[in-house]
Amino acid sequence: MSTEGVDKGRRRFLTAATTAVGAVGAGFAIAPFVISWQPSARAQAAGAPVEVDISRMQPGQMVTVEWRGQPIWVVRRTEQNMNELERVEDGLQDPQSNVPQQPEYAKNRFRAREQNPEYVVLVGICTHLGCSPTYRPDIGAADLGGSNWRGGFFCPCHGSRFDLSGRVYANLPAPTNLVVPPYHYLSETVILVGEDGGAA
Amino acid sequence: MSMMNQLLGWVDARFPLSKMWKEHLSEYYAPKNFNFWYFFGSLALLVLVIQIVTGIFLTMSYKPDGELAFGSVEFIMRDVEWGWLIRYMHTTGASAFFAVVYLHMFRAMLYGSYKAPRELIWIFGCLIFLVLMAEAFFGYLLPWGQMSYWGAQVIINLFQAIPFIGPELAVWIRGDFVISDASLNRFFALHVIALPIVLLGLVVAHIIALHEVGSNNPDGIEIKKHKGPDGKPLDGIPFHPYYTVKDIVGVVVFLMVFSLVMFFAPEMGGFFIEHPNFIPADPMKTPEHIAPVWYFTPYYAILAAVPAIGGSAFPGVAAMGAAVVILFFLPWLDRQPVKSIRYRGLCYKVLLFGFVANFIMLGYLGAVPPTPVKTLLAQIGTVYYFGFFFALWFLPMFEKTKPVPERVTS
Repeated sequence: MSTEGVDKGRRRFLTAATTAVGAVGAGFAIAPFVISWQPSARAQAAGAPVEVDISRMQPGQMVTVEWRGQPIWVVRRTEQNMNELERVEDGLQDPQSNVPQQPEYAKNRFRAREQNPEYVVLVGICTHLGCSPTYRPDIGAADLGGSNWRGGFFCPCHGSRFDLSGRVYANLPAPTNLVVPPYHYLSETVILVGEDGGAA
Repeated sequence: MSMMNQLLGWVDARFPLSKMWKEHLSEYYAPKNFNFWYFFGSLALLVLVIQIVTGIFLTMSYKPDGELAFGSVEFIMRDVEWGWLIRYMHTTGASAFFAVVYLHMFRAMLYGSYKAPRELIWIFGCLIFLVLMAEAFFGYLLPWGQMSYWGAQVIINLFQAIPFIGPELAVWIRGDFVISDASLNRFFALHVIALPIVLLGLVVAHIIALHEVGSNNPDGIEIKKHKGPDGKPLDGIPFHPYYTVKDIVGVVVFLMVFSLVMFFAPEMGGFFIEHPNFIPADPMKTPEHIAPVWYFTPYYAILAAVPAIGGSAFPGVAAMGAAVVILFFLPWLDRQPVKSIRYRGLCYKVLLFGFVANFIMLGYLGAVPPTPVKTLLAQIGTVYYFGFFFALWFLPMFEKTKPVPERVTS
């Protein structure tokens, strides 16, 4: 085959241009396959954020809702509860919540958004082995060590204890504080669990 | 007979059948001094065939559905005729695969089989190892027992530790916010179609690369350097019939051991099939102690040994990944031109056997619940694991090697 008179520069350019266009096409062709691995509409609906109406919650009351197959607790703490949170800190594993078990806005003593520290939102799953602890706000409960018990959560499976901010007491099976899910206030009285709401 | 020859001639004119037979078997000259350690390549091929055949038959009764999977495995075990045998063959085969591959890799380290000109054989081999790990991981989810479920949960959560893209990546892999039916379905597809195809391709590449440069041997010398007048290596013998027959002996012994495990200890006291896996997957209840199957435990120990930095588990994940990736660089990290351990210095022997002991120790530590002492041991083991590869780089500076013979020794 004669290659005389072939414009090699032009041939190289056309080859490169064709390859580039082909590569873009291949990239677009791959996209649907990659995107198909995202959660389906059904999975997304099942994992959608849930609203909690807190307008009728009394101090000391807890409500439980389900989000992504997990129990979510919303607790409205009493004034005394709020004061106890500082008192128990000496006995806690991670009183400053340094382990990232919560969004940045809940990294405080109340493990709650500053606008409304009375209300704490927690994933009700023990960080040890996934049992669901019980709500024990009764200060001084005899079966939980009498006057040392300042209210909190107790896991019946292996005896882990948490304070009313979901912070774990030291030297117990559970290694970390309870998880605070992302949440924000839709209004004064409605919490949306599952979304940070932008202003994290 | 002449009919057969005519038929062969007809085929050969259209497909290189005789040529391939000669190139890869009857006129593939392998060193005459292969020993025990050279069984494991062909055994790995045998296990691959066992896994493919039993796997095909398992898919005929298995249902990749979150509601049905666990029951369908029990159905195979109890109601399908000989189903228990096919399933135990597959589960025992998974462990046998890793046992054989680990020994095969150890052979390469004994005799320097990864060194020039065999670096690509080694790299294909490492890729096979990597795909095998993925294959085993995906396969372990399919029985949909507690350990299947939580093991997958823990491993996929590792991806969550990757900075920035982690959480989205984990959701993308699972196809849901937790391990669910969607994850099971895609893992099934990867386990029975995607990865086996990749695995077969890599095995072919591994063997083609091997037959291109020729096999290494326990003396670590090139038999192609000394050829007879007929152009055949003086120290080589045709693979068929000499090594095919030798390998059949290996196959028989291997199948005896395989059958002993399969018939008498298919669960191997919880090491091949972990006990919690006889309980259906329950997203609301975590098992007491989550540990991977034995062949992953050395790497799992490395993962757990590296402490979290700034509350992120990523350093451990990175260390575990690096522990596998560093294998790829072995041909360049080990700069000693002497290949076989027979002619290498005492320091290499000590280092290598220390590496094996360390690997076994890590394997043990990855299987048991952590205590402060065990975590410390795992940390020392991790340092040794990586230190081994870097020590290899410096070894030639002071290593006293023995003279390497010109021809293979008997």
